[in-house]
Amino acid sequence: MTLAAATNEGLAEISNYLIYSSMAVYTLAFFAHMAEWLFGSRSKVARTAAALTAPKEAAAAAPAVTVRTAGGTTVLDKPKVVTRAAAGTRDVPDGPGAHGGTEKGDLYGRIAVSLTALAFLLEASGVIARAVSVQRAPWGNMYEFSTTFSTVVVGVYLALLLAGKNVRWAGLPLVTTVLLDLGLAVTVLYTKSDQLVPALDSYWLWIHVSTAIFCGAVFYLGAVGSILYLFRDSYEAKLASGGRPGRFATSVMERLPAAASLDKFAYRVNAAVFPLWTFTIIAGAIWAGDAWGRYWGWDAKEVWSFITWVAYAAYLHARATAGWKGRKAAYIALVAFLCFLWNYYGVNMFVNSLHSYAGV
Amino acid sequence: MGTTSMNNTEDPELGEAGAQLSTAPVETAADRTPGGPTLGVIGWARWFWRQLTSMRVALILLFLLSLGAIPGSLIPQNSVDEMKVQAFRDRHETLAPLYDKLQFFDVYSSVWFSAVYILLFVSLIGCIVPRSWQFVGQLRSRPPGAPGRLTRLPAYTTWRTAAEPEEVREAALTMLRGRRFRAHGVGDAVAAEKGYLREAGNLVFHVSLIVMLIAFAWGQLFKSEGGKLVVEGGGFSNTLTQYDDFKSGSLFGTDELTPFSFTLDSFTGTYARSGPQRGTPRTYEAALTWSTPGSADRKQVVEVNRPLEVDGTKVYLNGHGYAPVVTVRDGKGDVVFQDAVPLLPIDNNVTSTGAIKVMDGYRDKNGKKDQLGFQAFFVPTFAGAGKGDMFSQFPGLEFPVLALTGYHGSLGVDAGLPQNVYQLDTRKMKQFKGADGEVLKQRLLPGETMQLPDGAGSITFEKDVKEWATFQITRQPATGWALTGAVAAIGGLAASLFIRRRRVWVRAVRGEDGVTVVEMAGLGRSESAKLPEELTDLALTLHAQAPTAPGETEEPDVPAEGAQQ
Ligand code: HEM
Repeated sequence: MTLAAATNEGLAEISNYLIYSSMAVYTLAFFAHMAEWLFGSRSKVARTAAALTAPKEAAAAAPAVTVRTAGGTTVLDKPKVVTRAAAGTRDVPDGPGAHGGTEKGDLYGRIAVSLTALAFLLEASGVIARAVSVQRAPWGNMYEFSTTFSTVVVGVYLALLLAGKNVRWAGLPLVTTVLLDLGLAVTVLYTKSDQLVPALDSYWLWIHVSTAIFCGAVFYLGAVGSILYLFRDSYEAKLASGGRPGRFATSVMERLPAAASLDKFAYRVNAAVFPLWTFTIIAGAIWAGDAWGRYWGWDAKEVWSFITWVAYAAYLHARATAGWKGRKAAYIALVAFLCFLWNYYGVNMFVNSLHSYAGV
Repeated sequence: MGTTSMNNTEDPELGEAGAQLSTAPVETAADRTPGGPTLGVIGWARWFWRQLTSMRVALILLFLLSLGAIPGSLIPQNSVDEMKVQAFRDRHETLAPLYDKLQFFDVYSSVWFSAVYILLFVSLIGCIVPRSWQFVGQLRSRPPGAPGRLTRLPAYTTWRTAAEPEEVREAALTMLRGRRFRAHGVGDAVAAEKGYLREAGNLVFHVSLIVMLIAFAWGQLFKSEGGKLVVEGGGFSNTLTQYDDFKSGSLFGTDELTPFSFTLDSFTGTYARSGPQRGTPRTYEAALTWSTPGSADRKQVVEVNRPLEVDGTKVYLNGHGYAPVVTVRDGKGDVVFQDAVPLLPIDNNVTSTGAIKVMDGYRDKNGKKDQLGFQAFFVPTFAGAGKGDMFSQFPGLEFPVLALTGYHGSLGVDAGLPQNVYQLDTRKMKQFKGADGEVLKQRLLPGETMQLPDGAGSITFEKDVKEWATFQITRQPATGWALTGAVAAIGGLAASLFIRRRRVWVRAVRGEDGVTVVEMAGLGRSESAKLPEELTDLALTLHAQAPTAPGETEEPDVPAEGAQQ
């Protein structure tokens, strides 16, 4: 009925092969990460426990500032800044990462990251091939959304790694969910390459949808941070109250960054992308104003974007309110991300919305 | 490094140093419980007001707002699609009255939803006003003096220098001011602060929210919105009766309809003819001639994302289709109907269906009054005879074919009920049958005629196929304000989230041995890795002017990290 047959099938096919190859490589990366966790050392187990059960008086006295003289030599050293954690918080060192500080684990970890990078290149090429085959932005249906989404998630993760951020701990959960996402995409959501309805033909499509996908990817990283934070925080709380977590929990948790670091990571990531998310919604409203003659009409997709926005605003607020920081704030962040996911998948599949792309 | 999200400003040990680093309300236990046994009306009112404007209640209201928005996305809304609401009512006879009571079909204008956001915005105003005053106060006062023990601050450094304490303080003052800190000397130290824009941004953001809300509410109350289908050559003038459908806000008055009219001169759709994109529309253009009372005609081409704008009213092109011209003759050959009949597209290639209704003027072969109805199926590009079904192969007009079946009897239009012009109510009609007793069905090419049996007349598909376009005519005031508010909100938000507000102190005193000891420390509103970096940078700059005294290395004997309470 449509002219899908006429679309550039060769390229579309290549795109499919690329996506499948990326899945294969992601699978290898998954196993490499597993090896990193399995062969990584468990010997550093005591770090957190030690930090939390150290005698409390140790630092109670104010540190005296004495300046030592270095035996007559003129050493024009530079002033060194020392830092100090705020009052009332656990002061726990970050874990060494999945490899647990061993060389063998680290090697597997590096292999995993390299494989992830390779898979990312394959997947990104697949998305681009798809875009070229239909001569439009590759965001016309759920299959294309999902593949683009996971590409961007991995892209952001790799970019953070390149920027020297301590995020390698996110590798395993990330690769696992990317595999799930792609699995879902190629089986349930797969749609043959097809053209787009032209009401979407506006540069606002590029702006609005690309920022939405990017925000989703970053929010996802934040959510991973929040979930791990919740686990790690319980672990630390248990240790601090004299509890004795199980061996498995200890082995896993000891390698993660400190709860405070994870919490801060989640906050940073969410806060950094929140203005962009605000912009995404406004860009959508402007586009709706151009295309449908009203900038806000309480369409299901609009409603859920709004709910997601309010939920993230609540999260940022919670962080400023005593009594809501920490775990409660993390729960709000997770609810906010669930709202985002629902808007992405749920509204498309289960709710009647103008955004199902019909019209002129 | 053990870091934390906790605001440093709440560290009791820092005393004044962290005071007024933000304008966020600090919650105390007294805020939560109504105090004292002699709480009069005013006491209660005050307590209530303090509750309402607290961050905790703002948080709860934000929750309620998102929670309250949910039903509107799952239950059909009158404001979005009344037909769907009607369908829902028909399907759920017990649920519908309950939903009516709860205003679930009008969530976004319901009493309870309005209550939540009005409370939220009252809270917001009650929060912003005192915070603004506080902020103005902070801008007019100077950063607080250095706390007694700078070592307690999150970032700290020290060294000994041969320079005089006054010299060091002077150099520090110059350096800090050069980096756009607000700095002044207090006692033996220099106090400096930077990043006030963070607070300003936060206030701008919250004020923008109010601007956006008012603009949105204003737009909703005074908006008008309606649709109109116009066939080429036809026209529209902006009065209520001319609309096919019309919706308006509750404070809208019909005299607010901008007076203007237009005619659709022509509609042009072009489509990709080949390649993978074949059939994809390239252009949709409606050429209009429009005028306002007392002014000359003007011409404008309206495209999908480019409306015609007349004095705040916008005319959007939002649909198109074909209107084949047909002529119906009675048994004597007299023309009883001749018109372009708009048909509704059902797929991307503009396969269209609709009805042709001959209501009066037609008499059957016995001279008796009767009505005719035809079900029409139209394709602009036919696949070719024998190539299966009546689905269009291309949206452009390349091989138009009109397929018809006819009925006679009562169209049912006299019953007084509004009728869908695109559907035929055949309950009181009889279908024409051919000579073979089969249903009469025919595919017509332009110029061809279908004869009705037994001298009942004929219907001709004329060579002229017109196009029609649907327009949405909307007026929504205060859109500009909403956009301004939105842009300001993003700017304020970015400033509020990305600018760090921090304080730096530099203390320079003569030590017991006569050598000057320099101490520097920094405090941020929330802990950040950037703070020590910045302090290092400042310290290095100052160190260049007040270098470490000869014969010394500075190595402060402070625990590197993890000072516990
Ligand atoms: C209309 C609903 C509201 C929304 C969407 C909203 C949104 C936000 C957002 C996104 C932030 C984060 C920006 C930042 O951390 O600087 C924020 C901060 C803040 N909001 Fe709101 N807000 C609302 C209502 C209120 C109300 C009613 C109050 C007062 C009770 C309030 C007081 C504050 C304060 C004090 C901050 C700064 C917190 C800090 O400095 O860390 N807001 N708000």
